[in-house]
Amino acid sequence: MTIPRSRRWLPMPAQSLILFIVWLLLNNTLAPGHIVLGAFLALAIPILVAPMQMAQPRVRNHLLALRYTLMVLYDILVANFEVAMRVIGPTRKLKPAFVPIPLDIEGALPITILASTISLTPGTVSAEVSEDKKWLYIHALHTTDEAALVAQIKARYEAPLKEIFGC
Amino acid sequence: MSITVEIIICAFLLMGGLFVLLGSFGLLRLPDFYTRLHAPTKATTLGLAGLLIGSMIYFFVAEQRLVVHELLITLFLLITAPVSAHMMAKSALHHRVKMVKHTQGQQLANTARKRQPPPSDGA
Repeated sequence: MTIPRSRRWLPMPAQSLILFIVWLLLNNTLAPGHIVLGAFLALAIPILVAPMQMAQPRVRNHLLALRYTLMVLYDILVANFEVAMRVIGPTRKLKPAFVPIPLDIEGALPITILASTISLTPGTVSAEVSEDKKWLYIHALHTTDEAALVAQIKARYEAPLKEIFGC
Repeated sequence: MSITVEIIICAFLLMGGLFVLLGSFGLLRLPDFYTRLHAPTKATTLGLAGLLIGSMIYFFVAEQRLVVHELLITLFLLITAPVSAHMMAKSALHHRVKMVKHTQGQQLANTARKRQPPPSDGA
């Protein structure tokens, strides 16, 4: 019989490790006192919050997840230049658009990651999700071809996410 | 500290400052709330990255120790920026903040507000 997640001593091992590392980085030290305190927090906080956790799809393809992260970082760089150019350029010529995107992925975590990615990358901010979680509404700073924008987002971000989470 | 390192640090700081300035400039120039949202969420990310890299190099060279707070700041920024942008866009939508006239597809704001899928011909 498996023990339910909320009853285990180490309910969220990865998060515990991250908490421990972030604590040491925040204090910028390796003093024994902080190691003990960090370890205590890293063990205690997950035990407290584990019962609140909802089941999320797991990352199936770690290599692809890493590639996705790097790609998003690169796109953020490009996004910055693009938005900067639009800001300097004539603002009257901007063609903002409010676009719905049909979602193929499901689950709260993948949709959240997709929405965040959209907000961070070239000229788009996600605004609202439909109740049935099948549509994501986004606002684009400048677009002349909505269909192309939707297709690009689906191919560049949604498809890899779908593969990463296998849903 | 050698002159080359100083120049590199200055370059990063200037680039960071420039992008943060552009972000605020966008806030001033863009026509409506939704378009303004784009400037501070995007241009500022790179601006802060520049400032933080400059700071990291400075502390690494000047004090001979690795300061990693900057990496954490970047991490928190990357986590919080899209969430706050999303919440602002969402609340603007629900407060019926007007979009600039030539926004394409603004009739969809109504269905989005009700969190319904768009009418089938709009897909």
